[in-house]
Amino acid sequence: MLPKVSPVTAVLEIAGLQKTYRSRKGVRKALDGFDMYVEAGQVHGFLGPNGSGKTTTLRTLLGLIKPHGGRMAILGQEVPHHLPTVAGQVGAIVESPQFFGNFTANDTLSLLADAGDVDQSRVAEVLELVGLRDRAKDRVKTYSLGMKQRLAVASALLKDPKLLILDEPANGLDPGGIREMRTLMRNLAESGMTVVLSSHILGEIQLICDSVTIISAGRRVAAGSVADVLATHTSSAVKVRLEPGVDMGAAVALLRANGAQVAVEHDHFTVANAGNPAQITRILAEREIYLAELAPVAADLESVFLELTGTAPVEGQHRQVDETAMAPAPAQGGWGQ
Amino acid sequence: MSLYKAETRRLVKRRFTRLFVAGALVVLAAVAVGMFFTNQKVGPDQIARAQAQAQAEFEEVSKQVAQERKDCEAAKGTPSASRFPPNCDELQAPQPSDFNPKWHLPATFDFREKFPDMVTTLAALLALAAFVIGASYVGAEWNSGGMMNLLLWRPQRLRVLGTKLAALLVGLTALTVVTAAVWTAVFRLIAGLRGSAESMTSGAWQSIGLMELRALGLILVAGAVGFGLASLGRHTAMALGVVIGVIVVFQFGLGSVLALADVKFAEAYLVPVWVIAWMSKSIKIEDYNSCDFSAVSGCQPESITITWQMAGGVMAVVFLLVVTAAMWTMRKRDIT
Repeated sequence: MLPKVSPVTAVLEIAGLQKTYRSRKGVRKALDGFDMYVEAGQVHGFLGPNGSGKTTTLRTLLGLIKPHGGRMAILGQEVPHHLPTVAGQVGAIVESPQFFGNFTANDTLSLLADAGDVDQSRVAEVLELVGLRDRAKDRVKTYSLGMKQRLAVASALLKDPKLLILDEPANGLDPGGIREMRTLMRNLAESGMTVVLSSHILGEIQLICDSVTIISAGRRVAAGSVADVLATHTSSAVKVRLEPGVDMGAAVALLRANGAQVAVEHDHFTVANAGNPAQITRILAEREIYLAELAPVAADLESVFLELTGTAPVEGQHRQVDETAMAPAPAQGGWGQ
Repeated sequence: MSLYKAETRRLVKRRFTRLFVAGALVVLAAVAVGMFFTNQKVGPDQIARAQAQAQAEFEEVSKQVAQERKDCEAAKGTPSASRFPPNCDELQAPQPSDFNPKWHLPATFDFREKFPDMVTTLAALLALAAFVIGASYVGAEWNSGGMMNLLLWRPQRLRVLGTKLAALLVGLTALTVVTAAVWTAVFRLIAGLRGSAESMTSGAWQSIGLMELRALGLILVAGAVGFGLASLGRHTAMALGVVIGVIVVFQFGLGSVLALADVKFAEAYLVPVWVIAWMSKSIKIEDYNSCDFSAVSGCQPESITITWQMAGGVMAVVFLLVVTAAMWTMRKRDIT
């Protein structure tokens, strides 16, 4: 039985979304019962490794791809059935920005404004907002990737949407541009706009987003506020730095011999399964190896992401794009769960 | 309406559209200029000169025949006799009527006689431009990702594609109507300066009008087919590839094979024949290897006539097939 739509302030709700691709090579489930829930006024991070189903989800949500199952709603309206009704309140860019190269930024946005019944005065406003005012009359084909990205964001903002969906908006931006984009996202959220942000720059997501959904192999593997997701994946890892001049190799070998999972870095090493850090000091001190630093490793979004999606690099192995952790099938589907 | 306005703006703004329309107009202008300079008005002076030339030619040939007769008579009983007929009277003197002064008249633009060919030229050229513009208009949108962008704004696939097609067809209609009007006026002027339009009756003008209407039909079908094929393949090259394929396989390949196989009325399988049938109201194809005997006129080749109604039917079927297929795939396929 399909889950019911929850009555709370959800701007975006997806439940049990399915999409299967059939080809001569066989059947591939791009989305396998995916769920997502975004509340109003949030900046929501949508994370997943390459090929995990992020873009398929966004395309399906926006009516570009037909799903094989599940339910979706934007601003309380079931889509794709009511998509034409809500489209005016949704601004989106999906994957890399794509525009007709021979038109100027001004022409591009002006045509979109015409097509969407948006006042032409809005064109200049959004060009100003994304920093393209002075290049508005240049052909898009002369733009750098970062400038095209800014134009894409401008096109998504043109409608002054209630829900803004941005797929990799920082792609190609310079550091200044990334910071501007971060500020822009925050300002938009503060003005009441809900922003769904797909990105691989996890540090940015951690800084900008209120909540996240992590997808792997077409299923949701984590969701909630950034703090909650980090809290549920705190690790027992500790960072160990030895006194200068001490043989780090010998210390690592000693700890490994005692069952420690050690990862060696440039000037220190980490012990992943350090449930009792005192054990480390005791083992090393017995061999007269003394520590200069012993500190817990704080979980960050990147490490949680790598752990949940099973995409952490392994020495000597070359991970293929579809090799990700298979999330267990959710015990129960449902909006926002 | 706003979507239609946006699509019309997009079509007109495209450099490719402007370039191809300008190219077609330049070629048409070149044809008009060429017709102007290769024709001249025929007055009493030209007629008198032509009559004098015809008379001179008659006299020259008469002299030659008289000399031949003399030589024939002289050659009798000599080995040279074999060069002449046995009876020298068979070398008949020409008649003045054998030398038509019209043959010596300079080329002149008789509007009623020659303008229909000019309408066909206009139709063929604009149809080619319409096909390429139609294909590029939607093909570039698919190729550049513009279509996906537009569908994010207007998530109504059939409406978006239908509006684009409508904008194209209305644009082509406007272009054709204006160009045909100017084309007619220019050739009426050329006829006035370098020929004659005296034989034009109201019926003849009506016939020209209907022919130009058929030209419009051909141009619209060409544009829609280019548009439909490029939308099916989601690339301009798809439409151009199909056309090249049709030309190579069906026109050259099939044409050669049918000719080699002595297939009756092989020309009926070639596209230009149907275009001419549409434009000229009918075309008669004859099979010169056959004999349709009649007591009155003897052995006549068998023939079939392709009428404009038949050609129109084929065009309508092609139009419907391509546009329906484009709409169906637009509705059904994922946009990635």
